[in-house]
Amino acid sequence: MSIRKTLLAAVAATLLAAAADPASAKTFRFAFQGNYQAADPYTLNETFTLGLHAAVYEGLTKRDKDLKIIPGLAERWETPDPLRWRFHLRKGVKFHDGSDFTADDVIFSADRVRAQGSDVKTRIPSDSQWVKVDDHTVDVVLKTPNPILHYEWDTWYIMSKKWAEKNNATAPTSASATTPSYAALNANGTGPFILESHQPGVKTVWKTNPSWWGKKEHNIDEAIFTPIGSDATRVAALLSGEVDLMDPVPLQDIQRVNSNANTQVLTGPELRTIFLGFDQRRDELKYSNVKGKNPFKDVRVRQAFSKAIDVNLIKDRVMRGASVPAALLISPLLFEGSKEFKTAAVDIDGAKKLLAEAGYPQGFEVGMDCPTDRYVNDEAICQAAVGMLARIGVKVNLNAQPKTKYFAKVLATGGYDTSFYLLGWTPGSFDSWNVFANITGCRDDSGKGGPFNFGGYCNPKLDELAAKILVETDTAKRNAMIAEAWKMERADVSHIPLHQQTLNWGVNKKVKIVQRADNQILLYWVNMD
Amino acid sequence: MSAFILRRALQALAVLFAVGLISFAMFRFAGDPVNQMVGAETSPAERLEIRRSLGLDDPMAVQFARYLAGAARFDFGISYQFRQPVAQLLKERMPATLELALVATILALVFGILMGVYSALRRDSALAKLFQAISLIGVSLPTFLIGILLIYLFSVILGWLPSFGRGDTARLGWWTTGLLTVSGLKALIMPSVTLGLFQMTLIMRLVRAEMLEVLRTDYIKFARARGLRTRAIHFGHALKNTLVPVITIAGLQLGSVIAFAIITETVFQWPGMGLLFVQAVQNVDIPIMAAYLMLVGLIFVTINLAVDILYTIVDPRLRSSIHQPA
Repeated sequence: MSIRKTLLAAVAATLLAAAADPASAKTFRFAFQGNYQAADPYTLNETFTLGLHAAVYEGLTKRDKDLKIIPGLAERWETPDPLRWRFHLRKGVKFHDGSDFTADDVIFSADRVRAQGSDVKTRIPSDSQWVKVDDHTVDVVLKTPNPILHYEWDTWYIMSKKWAEKNNATAPTSASATTPSYAALNANGTGPFILESHQPGVKTVWKTNPSWWGKKEHNIDEAIFTPIGSDATRVAALLSGEVDLMDPVPLQDIQRVNSNANTQVLTGPELRTIFLGFDQRRDELKYSNVKGKNPFKDVRVRQAFSKAIDVNLIKDRVMRGASVPAALLISPLLFEGSKEFKTAAVDIDGAKKLLAEAGYPQGFEVGMDCPTDRYVNDEAICQAAVGMLARIGVKVNLNAQPKTKYFAKVLATGGYDTSFYLLGWTPGSFDSWNVFANITGCRDDSGKGGPFNFGGYCNPKLDELAAKILVETDTAKRNAMIAEAWKMERADVSHIPLHQQTLNWGVNKKVKIVQRADNQILLYWVNMD
Repeated sequence: MSAFILRRALQALAVLFAVGLISFAMFRFAGDPVNQMVGAETSPAERLEIRRSLGLDDPMAVQFARYLAGAARFDFGISYQFRQPVAQLLKERMPATLELALVATILALVFGILMGVYSALRRDSALAKLFQAISLIGVSLPTFLIGILLIYLFSVILGWLPSFGRGDTARLGWWTTGLLTVSGLKALIMPSVTLGLFQMTLIMRLVRAEMLEVLRTDYIKFARARGLRTRAIHFGHALKNTLVPVITIAGLQLGSVIAFAIITETVFQWPGMGLLFVQAVQNVDIPIMAAYLMLVGLIFVTINLAVDILYTIVDPRLRSSIHQPA
């Protein structure tokens, strides 16, 4: 074909495509600051990505608009004894390629999610056994009782065994893959949307699934996702009506989006808690003028820091009101008993007195590590903390770096190379035990124990209690134990909780969407006028 | 001549080798890629395992040698973020960048020359003064600011042009083009103006200065004395002699337009190679960073080679020096 003919054909094809698009089709366009990287649901354990997978894939359980666990692909389940769970699968469910959903797919997914290269291995215990009872019944046999076994199953998505085998995608698309994976660009789930095309980093398109088993709660026919990294462009795209939803709205643009006639900002508390942590493991701080000892091993110093940090001031000045000061290392939405706990009161004189008692009447110097692009206004929060600690004579040398550099330094792989730091944590299972295991659990130098306890805080009694919480199946008893554990943690001031930042979604007013506190953008609840 | 090209090609390889070596030496200061590839709850042991399997614990020289061995077979590795072959990703993104750079350069040439000629011939007119003012803006305002200003004016306030992306694209073989669709053309306007503005002012100022110079020369005076029409003098003789340096500069600048498209592409979320590179830097996606830097190095080397060859065609005096190896 000559060039001219090719060009003509291309023009004709474009015109035809434009003409074929029915005017009545409702398209929902949305933008996020980051990418939707791989469509394989076991590749990345990250909120935004997990939320987009939910358009196409479904788990055995789901979570409703208030994050309550509801049946998904499993209609119901029971625990005949603490070590055996029985799941009854929904009948008549079909994958997008037309094949039936059966127990084989569940067993296959249970193997795949635990395989080498999966980033969501923690969804099910590695030593659990999965038994097919019949085509629509699966038994899970556990080694130890686990009351929160199914807590994260809304984001453990069931994949089709036949499809994966046919397309050579039985292994998860791993982080260190050396060959491209079919499942990274294609998807075959049972969910309310079908993945039409996925061009990573550019554009992803979904079409509604007309033969979905569930009751449709959306009225859109198509959804188009574009990543827009530049804050100003993302705001402009919303204001000009080119996108119907974008996340996040930068704090300084909230006013502007709200004052525009067609747009508004949806806000709500997020589940992530931002906090400060101290190195309590080394015998001498790495970044400090105090030699021969570690001031943070003394609880009085930690209390003094806590009394000097004014979380309400951070809310007003740094977060422009867009945060909820935190009393605990977990969001009040995730722990019923949190009302008993209050945020630490500011008390400069008391803090100075405590420092003097601990042997630092003149204060001391300490280096602080802080990310600049991970959490909302993270660097500004650290700068505010530096100023607040100066009031009690502590000179903080701030080392604020992009998240790539920051995490390389402070994580286990970097040797927990920090004396004082800022971090945010969302318990993936929406349960306090996750925080006791990851953030406050004792650890060794390699990170065995509480891997994200960068400072190495350690209270063996708290760990003992946490181990009991893990296997306690009586809810009331369990909650009482959790409350007791939090009291122990507060007495120790293991960390200084700061706040939960708010979610800020910019939406066009014609869009009705559910904003859940876990910050997942869920297409199956999108309605447009 | 062929000996000259061969020698230059060898030099080009040396340049690429140096680019690769320097970039690999710098990657270890970019942070740990593994933390960007996994979720928050991934255990330290698994992170270490991924590091090991990616070969990130090997000495820099080993990593570089492994990369070169792959690159020699046109295997540039798999992107850490997207889990797709880098060569494939670059191939998909290249048309967007090249179209943007080409349109920006054409805009810069056409408007730069027109404005330059006008402000040289009518030095004191109001319009010439306006052009000078515009050129000052183009030289002094940073690209991202111009982009954001354009977006607010034409997308948010007036609503005429799209604020991001490439619009609909048509497919010609593996090449995707936005030049054949209305939305594609509309999407191209602001990014290409933003990208081309600096080149345009450069060319305008160059043409103006050269033109003023040429208009003072003796052969122009003789042409006037012979009674040639002003039009023929200005465009047939003066402009033609101005264009030699302009073409040189424009050619050399094409490389930097492609390389500096990074900023424009980020502002307009233009799905080209520059945006891919910026995202790669943010996520320490070493395979993409390495391939992009090598590619930009290759583009520069190729353009320089082409310009050198063109010189010998334009200026015969240079040929003798080429035949004698320096």
